[in-house]
Amino acid sequence: MIMKSYLHHLLAGLRIMALLTVILGALYPLAIWGIGHVLAPGKAEGSIVTANGREVGSRLIGQQFTGKEWLWGRPSAADYDGRASGSSNLGPNSPELLKTVTGLKEIRGAKAPADALTTSGSGLDPHISTTWAQQQVERIAKARGVETGRVQQCIDEATRGRRLGFLGERTVNVLEANMCLHALGK
Amino acid sequence: MTTTTAGLLQLAFYICLIAAAHVPLGAYMARIAQGEKHTRVERLLYRFTGVDAGTEQNWRHYARSVLGFSLAGLLLLYLLLRIQRWLPLTFGRENFPADGAFNTAVSFVTNTNWQWYSGEAAIGHLPQMLGLTVQNFVSGAVGISVAFALVRGFARMGTDKLGNFWVDVTRVSLRLLLPLAIVVATIFVCEGVIQSFAAGHQVTTLTGAQQDIPLGPIASQEAIKQLGTNGGGFFNANGAHPFENATALTNILAIWAMTVIPFSLPFTFGRMVRDRRQGFAILAVMATLQLASFGLAVAAELAHKGTALMAAGGSMEGKEQRFGIWGTVLYGTTGTGTSTGAVNSMHDSWTAAGGGILMLNMLLGEVSPGGVGTGLYGLLVIALLTVFISGLMVGRTPEYLGKRLGRAEMTSVALYILVMPMAMLFGAAITLMLPGGQATLQDAGPHGLSEILYAYTSGANNNGSAFAGFNAASPLHTVGIGLAMLFGRFLPIVFALKLAGSLAQQQRVPATAGTLPTHGPLFITLCLGIVLIVAALTFFPALALGPIAEALL
Repeated sequence: MIMKSYLHHLLAGLRIMALLTVILGALYPLAIWGIGHVLAPGKAEGSIVTANGREVGSRLIGQQFTGKEWLWGRPSAADYDGRASGSSNLGPNSPELLKTVTGLKEIRGAKAPADALTTSGSGLDPHISTTWAQQQVERIAKARGVETGRVQQCIDEATRGRRLGFLGERTVNVLEANMCLHALGK
Repeated sequence: MTTTTAGLLQLAFYICLIAAAHVPLGAYMARIAQGEKHTRVERLLYRFTGVDAGTEQNWRHYARSVLGFSLAGLLLLYLLLRIQRWLPLTFGRENFPADGAFNTAVSFVTNTNWQWYSGEAAIGHLPQMLGLTVQNFVSGAVGISVAFALVRGFARMGTDKLGNFWVDVTRVSLRLLLPLAIVVATIFVCEGVIQSFAAGHQVTTLTGAQQDIPLGPIASQEAIKQLGTNGGGFFNANGAHPFENATALTNILAIWAMTVIPFSLPFTFGRMVRDRRQGFAILAVMATLQLASFGLAVAAELAHKGTALMAAGGSMEGKEQRFGIWGTVLYGTTGTGTSTGAVNSMHDSWTAAGGGILMLNMLLGEVSPGGVGTGLYGLLVIALLTVFISGLMVGRTPEYLGKRLGRAEMTSVALYILVMPMAMLFGAAITLMLPGGQATLQDAGPHGLSEILYAYTSGANNNGSAFAGFNAASPLHTVGIGLAMLFGRFLPIVFALKLAGSLAQQQRVPATAGTLPTHGPLFITLCLGIVLIVAALTFFPALALGPIAEALL
């Protein structure tokens, strides 16, 4: 008797779940796809940016820049692999993390801010702090043989204030700045 | 503007957004719970599935419907994951192994969204939509339905009827969650959260390297992930990934979406029992706990204690630049204070004290403000316990809203409260004692214990966030945490419904001079005390060996 009642409830559950799947699992994502492609088509497809007609990345996904002529982003535990987002997961007292931070300080300077010395949560953080960007201006200008003013201009153009004036932090988009630097030439 | 000013403004902005929604959304949910009329779509749906929407159910039938519906979801999702290779839009992703599919199906059906796998690598677009997105809706709807049933138990007299589960779950999905999700997803996609059915882009970067940029139908899933307090990310990095959480605006909207229903349900409760002050008292307990945990955690993260963090000059390991410390901590405390478990940073890398606060949020039983529905029914159970204990202390008859708390009611309350600690502590202890259990931890010493405690806390509380530093993919954990999630979800639901059943049958006794008023500062303070005492008595020994030891080292 009780088993029969349970079976009855399970079957009703299966039928109703199937119908809800159509509404919530198929129609709803399709509707959002439609809205997204009307209101913000570029963003819905990943904010892809192009240089000289070629796709070079996404405005929102960080890339690895190591040469002295580039603006350096944050260290990444995922090596900026778009298919393997993630972080180090190392604890605050981890000796391994301490070693990494100390090592980075030697390369990036004793005054480098925290975002320059730590890996991000996604491993794909497209931004750095304005402090870290400023510390790199001179190095980049020297490596490229251009005036610091022009490097500064690239960084300023890639700088965004806090959203609505008070949400989050000020950011410099590393890829945007580097696309501008790339256009400057050596 | 200094970081502190901006941070405080951000907090104030968030509180205003929640306050603005509290009354209208709370009243709307009461109409959903009490309305007689079915919409046209709903009537079609009931007719098509042969569900009897006209009759109300007693607690046993209601519970069987909850279990039948959830089992159906479990089977469908398990099947989808086992056969995804042969489905369209999965781009060659492999079928899940049996233990992994069990863990993930349980995880999403129980509103936990614990993820042992890495989203971008393991699950195709179609199972994400048909399986995970759907469960994100309906598992949240189940929680709200159970909360409705318990509130009806308080509101009604002399009946064994608690409402109709099929009607509740359908209405909550279609009238509440779906419209909210459409609004939130639209804002998300305008800010840069992606909504694409393509596999991804292969690009050659400026420096000539290859980068693979994965795409997917994320905005639609991200919206309901927050609104249904689910938390399972499309990507491994969850809300830290720029495609899931693109700007500081999507960040604050996500935080709002996680908490707006849990913070509005107390108004629904007050409306349904015809005493707004009762709802306000519940809201005050939730808000106090949430604000206190935020304050403590933000102080801990700003102080960035820890050898590695001190050397770096800030607690930015595992955090994203666009959110900053304040935006990250607010997300972290709401993600753990609700049962969402979404993360926009890696909690394993927070300071010991900050990470401890996050764990404490879950240990309090997810009532600050808790998951959708679960937060309200969890806190109502705590309120009953408060009335009972304070009644014992002063020799008053324990009663709440005119309902006497006798043996039957207190048995349900006690069992409800004991389930989560049992599932968590026994689960963690058994795993550590099994051969190979300790080898799955990444760190040795207290941090290693913190990792496994966090995992089982997250599972048993249906939270789903992780101190990811251990091997969650080992069968030991997929099965162990899977069981913890099942027990932690459905046993409390059964006890809450049983409680609702015995409350609904009672007549209301008039309040006398001997009745403890269950609104006002005295009751709120007592309630807060009970929340903390229950958690402290249960978990202090385990915490002392893990995060507390680590913070003192």
